[in-house]
Amino acid sequence: MREEKLIFEMGTKGRTAYSLPDLDVPRKGVENLIASEYLRETAPALPEVSEPEVVRHFTRLSQKNHGVDSGFYPLGSCTMKYNPKVNEYVSDISGFARVHPYQHEGTVQGCLRLMYEMDKMLSEITGMARVSLQPAAGAHGEMTGLMIIRAYHEHRGQKHRKKIIVPDSAHGTNPASAAMVGFEVVEVKSDEKGNVDIEELKSVAGEDTAGLMLTNPNTLGLFETNITKIADIIHSAGGLLYYDGANANAILGISRPGDMGFDVVHLNLHKTFSAPHGGGGPGAGPVGVKKELVPFLPVPVVELKDESYYLDYDRPLSIGKVKSFYGNFGVIAKAYAYILSMGQEGLKKASQTAVLNANYLMKKLKEYFHLPYDRTCKHEFVISAQRQKEKGVSALDIAKRLLDFGVHPPTIYFPLIVREAMMIEPTETETKEALNEFIEIMREIAEEAETEPEKVKGAPYSTVVGRLDEARAARNLVLRWKKEDK
Amino acid sequence: MSRYIPNTYVQQKEMLEEMGFKDINELFDDVPGDIRFKGRLELPAAMSEIELVKHMQWVASQNKNLDEYICFLGAGAYDHYVPAVIKSLLSRQEFYTAYTPYQPEISQGTLQAIFEYQTMICELTGMDVANASMYDGATALAEAITMACRVTGRNQVIIPRTLHPESRQVVKTYAKFNDITVQEVGFEDGQTDFEGLYRMVSEGTAAVAVQNPNFFGVIEDIRQAAEIAHGKGALLIAYVDPISLGILKSPGELGADIVVGEGQSLGGALSFGGPYLGFFAARKDFLRKMPGRIAGQTWDSSGRRGFVLTVQTREQHIRREKATSNICSNQALNALAATIYLAAMGPEGLKKVGEHCIEKSHYAYEKLLETGRFSCCFKASFFKEFVLRSAVPIEKLNGKLLEDKIIGGYDLGASYPELAGTWLVAVTEKRTREEIDMFVRKARAI
Repeated sequence: MREEKLIFEMGTKGRTAYSLPDLDVPRKGVENLIASEYLRETAPALPEVSEPEVVRHFTRLSQKNHGVDSGFYPLGSCTMKYNPKVNEYVSDISGFARVHPYQHEGTVQGCLRLMYEMDKMLSEITGMARVSLQPAAGAHGEMTGLMIIRAYHEHRGQKHRKKIIVPDSAHGTNPASAAMVGFEVVEVKSDEKGNVDIEELKSVAGEDTAGLMLTNPNTLGLFETNITKIADIIHSAGGLLYYDGANANAILGISRPGDMGFDVVHLNLHKTFSAPHGGGGPGAGPVGVKKELVPFLPVPVVELKDESYYLDYDRPLSIGKVKSFYGNFGVIAKAYAYILSMGQEGLKKASQTAVLNANYLMKKLKEYFHLPYDRTCKHEFVISAQRQKEKGVSALDIAKRLLDFGVHPPTIYFPLIVREAMMIEPTETETKEALNEFIEIMREIAEEAETEPEKVKGAPYSTVVGRLDEARAARNLVLRWKKEDK
Repeated sequence: MSRYIPNTYVQQKEMLEEMGFKDINELFDDVPGDIRFKGRLELPAAMSEIELVKHMQWVASQNKNLDEYICFLGAGAYDHYVPAVIKSLLSRQEFYTAYTPYQPEISQGTLQAIFEYQTMICELTGMDVANASMYDGATALAEAITMACRVTGRNQVIIPRTLHPESRQVVKTYAKFNDITVQEVGFEDGQTDFEGLYRMVSEGTAAVAVQNPNFFGVIEDIRQAAEIAHGKGALLIAYVDPISLGILKSPGELGADIVVGEGQSLGGALSFGGPYLGFFAARKDFLRKMPGRIAGQTWDSSGRRGFVLTVQTREQHIRREKATSNICSNQALNALAATIYLAAMGPEGLKKVGEHCIEKSHYAYEKLLETGRFSCCFKASFFKEFVLRSAVPIEKLNGKLLEDKIIGGYDLGASYPELAGTWLVAVTEKRTREEIDMFVRKARAI
């Protein structure tokens, strides 16, 4: 594929792609309506291109991307499941897409109903009392949930609870979110089985504990078998349990965070509930809480009275607002459509199948790669390239080689506690044939690592660009196009 | 089996047997019995695609939508025209089903689009660097404020009450948990009370954040705000509507240090409040303190140009609790929409949209005044939104207009008790003279 020029390097002066009617009100002249000191003298250097050029440019750019519809995408912790087309269609109906957030409540009963029902359904799925749909992403949900935890403690006169415990296997967002809410982070180690080290947890939990953040199954894809014990330790220290829902695709209808002892949960609608990732967003990260934490949820929440839905802002203990309006409604509508399509049976089947597919891959791949934690996994698992590393082939090399086979690589170098980690999450929407093909590709790469390591280290060969020099990008920062760069 | 789960029962059974399992439930033996969910989730029964579409259409029909109603409501979310190319290009699966561009070799589409987006945001705002986007305008502002505190080592910020009330609320939530004090300054004739601001700014002030055009639609004097802030070593954050920047001077030219805003006006659907687009740009000195993803240019081993995520040592996956923010995504698809929008409009189209907004809103303003039912509230210049005092209660006014399929303006009394009885009316380039005339006629008759 040819290099695609930047849009600024295309077109020519005077070309446009816009279409506006002639001004139909008497022209007064902008300069007569607004003081000249406020008016721009130099136009922004935006592209000057025609509509066919715009379309061809962005179409060509799209062709340089790998999406879920392009091929297998076993990116661990990201749940790259199929994004149903009907969800795109229904969320784009004018009655949803063309509704202003400040319209009178009486004119948006459909949107409010959808949000109200979504709250109910997600509460049921997670075992929580109420869910706020306001957070825009998983990390945003974490921040919101931790704000709720802090507000709860402070309301009870427990201002001194300043510490959030986070396992060493946690997502980077966990400690980062805790810091954003003014908490101190205490890290606990994992034991040899990949679970939270109970003895260490006991030693750090105490008077100053605000809570513990946990993913279950954890980032190794392993179920925390001691979860009730962990919950007891934290609760008896006076802390709360936060469930990072990044891995919820393993537990739908099987075990609910609320029943495990968690007090606050966030879900990623763009992972577990099939809303597309959009190339990095928009997502949605609703937060659910147990009954005693409901008063602290962000405002507004949707309530139902006399058969009409309304936005309730009168919540004196609320942490406030974490985002404009009510959340990423368009994303929420897609997830709502997904839950309705699946039903309770379907959701459970999705989790069971996701777990089955992961175990199937794990079982086959451990023949060729080191498996640091060899036990039944949940929806994902972590293998290591440490065996290949002896030949000089790293997890990064294997990832890049996978690109030549049209497969999106697994998440690599995460979790941090496994050397040369490759975290694989196939999801339930892959066929057995696709899984077998992936196994075959991985076997081939493992063999190449033995016999032709240089080949793997030089990959990829078939992509639009070769391995890109990230160090050079960071050293010699070019973060925007400039005219003189032409 | 669900239509989204391909493997049949037979295949699943084969896979299980190959692994030495008899039943799929054995895969969950590690889930302790007491926390295993034994009942049935109380969810509606699964719907076929036909049933789902009908249901969704029915739910949507319970809303009044702007294809059927004429909208004069703005207040931070605007009914601008979204060119057809945007939906068409955004529907390409390679864009919308991809994840974050962690593997640059197969994500050049997303990465180059972000690089182009960053360039456009810099051009509009007059800033040196822009990130790949934030959740929305309000959260971008909140992050700008926490960044200003990190940069200056101070913990007070001043926000005029002319800034969007919801954005102020979001800022206050973030501030509360970061020991940042938010002070508010009032307004005079719809503009920030600069004398009050001057008195309030101190050596403890990290930043002053000013919206332009402000919540009342009024054009603010960013230059004066910047001078006042800089006088005490504070930063000036401009919170702007990017669609105004084809006409209005860039905040960078006027002395702003950080520029953020809500980008929904650039090709984004209203979608009942989200997903929208927060943009974030700053002077280059602050690059390493910025939140969010940033794409940069680089080369491969054979000298081909490419793009990668860069300056990542600020971010959570590397710095964990010491990161500049917890954000680990962006609003990539919304940023792409804005990029396509700006590419399609070009400098001329963007300027023209701005002109139409100004001309049409002023036309509507005068026509409404001529009815004698409304009186002037502020004399300051405005861009596409204006405030009028109404003889009729706003709720009644909007209620009556609704009967004629018109969505009236925002009731300012809801957020500003002193402005009870005033109406914030937005007129975008989409409104025709005919629509405006009808709106005025109907409003007069109430």
